[in-house]
Amino acid sequence: MVDIRIPIGLMFSIIGILITVFGLATMSNTEMYQKSLNINVNLIMGVLMLIFGLIMLYFARRKKKV
Amino acid sequence: MKVDLSWIDYLIMIIYFIFVLGIGWFLRKYMKNANAFLEAGRSMPAWVAGLAFISTNLGALEVMGMTGSGMKYGMLTTHFYWIGAIPAMIFLAVFMMPFYYGSKARSVPEFLKLRYDEKTRGLNAILFAVMTVLASGISMFALAILMENVLGWNFNMSLWISALIVLGYTYLGGLSSAIYNEVLQFFIIVIGLLPLVFLALKDVGGWIGLKAQLAPIAQARGFAADTFTTTWKYSGSAGANPLGVEWFGILFGLGFVLSFGYWCTNFLIVQRAFAAESKAAARKVPLIGAIPKMFIPFLIIVPGIIALALSNDPGKGFNLPLSSGGGPDYNLTIIMLLKQYLPAGVLGLGITALLASFMSGMAGNVSAFNTVWTYDIYQSYIRPRTGNEEEDGKHYLKVGRIATVFGILLSIASAYIASKFGNIMDFLQTIFSLINAPLFAVIFLGMFWKRTTGHAAFTGLLAGFILALVHHGLTVPAGATTVIKGGWIANLHTYPVEMAQNFWTAIIAFTVSTTVTVILTFLTTQKKTDEELKGLVYSLTPRELNDSHLPWYERPTGLAILVSVIAIVLTIMFW
Repeated sequence: MVDIRIPIGLMFSIIGILITVFGLATMSNTEMYQKSLNINVNLIMGVLMLIFGLIMLYFARRKKKV
Repeated sequence: MKVDLSWIDYLIMIIYFIFVLGIGWFLRKYMKNANAFLEAGRSMPAWVAGLAFISTNLGALEVMGMTGSGMKYGMLTTHFYWIGAIPAMIFLAVFMMPFYYGSKARSVPEFLKLRYDEKTRGLNAILFAVMTVLASGISMFALAILMENVLGWNFNMSLWISALIVLGYTYLGGLSSAIYNEVLQFFIIVIGLLPLVFLALKDVGGWIGLKAQLAPIAQARGFAADTFTTTWKYSGSAGANPLGVEWFGILFGLGFVLSFGYWCTNFLIVQRAFAAESKAAARKVPLIGAIPKMFIPFLIIVPGIIALALSNDPGKGFNLPLSSGGGPDYNLTIIMLLKQYLPAGVLGLGITALLASFMSGMAGNVSAFNTVWTYDIYQSYIRPRTGNEEEDGKHYLKVGRIATVFGILLSIASAYIASKFGNIMDFLQTIFSLINAPLFAVIFLGMFWKRTTGHAAFTGLLAGFILALVHHGLTVPAGATTVIKGGWIANLHTYPVEMAQNFWTAIIAFTVSTTVTVILTFLTTQKKTDEELKGLVYSLTPRELNDSHLPWYERPTGLAILVSVIAIVLTIMFW
């Protein structure tokens, strides 16, 4: 059967990239990030999700080779 | 109280929907017979089934309800996690799973058939099927009304779209697809709510700042200053804590009867472990699930506690909308927090997390319903097996798929009934949930006492259920305005809070059921031979193979000790 880590890895990587780019594009928008205590949470979460997604993909790939 | 979503939020949601349906689409070609569709071919690795196990439990009502309870009761809400889940999960894994999995039963009702008799199975199967449909209807209604009130989505549209997506992936890929998606949903829920916890905690000045802000609120309500940030400290008497229950009720009612009834016998949950690839894996499933379970309070209860502090700080401008009853609508706590802290982007992620929790709960209900319907009702009473295994497999696959469609249609119907007669649905759900405690009594006796007979079990199950019903009909929680909360026969006793009434109803159900089963066992004769009971009863089952050559974390007992230690440390830290 399909390794569940592949769809999880793909989904988190895609959404991660999307949110990272959105975070970068809205970097100068201080008004928008006022509610998140002036932290650009999009950038942080985007990068975290991308890392998580890539880790999942890495483990799925490694298992395949064995 | 409207939350405005932007294009990026919708885009995240759409990507999530595509993946959820995509998983079902990829798995469809493996669904060759009923066994693959309804039992996932018993092929799931322990970690996958373990995360699915916990994700099914993390439904929308759980997330919304527990955040709301955090705001109402503070850290005492963690009793539903640490004492109210972990011991039962360990017990299920270490003591019960060998018999469940080893019996080759495909469902909990079928285990009752193997251990006892047909009538015990029939009673349980029918009650369970009704309960599942009600539960998924009620959570579907809760979600649609939330989306209508907060996001301005059309009620019918969100009801049908969310139901059709769940239908899509469970119809295509059956239990495998439900389980795979539950793992995906688990990660989405955790990651989607993470920024909220982080920002909210930072805003109130961390745990220490939160404690300081909660002290005057607790004192104003007549409690000790640290009531909202402790768990057992003020459980000496019911009046000293906001939960309104004393330590005995928490320990025995919640920690034993309610939680063992739920975690050890609810097929919706146990089914995930049945799908594991081996008996050893099945035993690890609840333990792997227990590890994230212990930390979920930090994700959903702590934000609720922060909401309590925020709502008492006028400078924050945080207020819960009022419910139809006039009080604050605690179910909206989580979504109002998302609105308070999350900008576009992560906001979409948070809303997706709520949708994911709804779907994981609902898919759990649907996949349990179609299995019980196909195996325990259709195969037992309508069309028994013919003996031609291949043809049977195809036939029951078709039946399982049709049951999936009907299960969802019935859930949608009950969601509409809930929208018109919400009280009646709540009442029915309360009634049907009374079945869990007697069921635990009967299964427990069956597994550990070989003499327990079918007649005794059936009567015990029924008697426990009926007496629980009578207790609910004779008592009321303080301040109840409708008979739906109890007292529909007469009012003999008033409980300070509804929770206390629930705990005692369960305690009575369990005690009556145990007593009746034990007494009747002595008065009836055992019809099953020792040979038939092999693998089902502790004393008649050969000991497990020695697993001492495995590293400790591969062994169920090793994992169980790890889980216990973490739970004890957490309990002491937040005593």
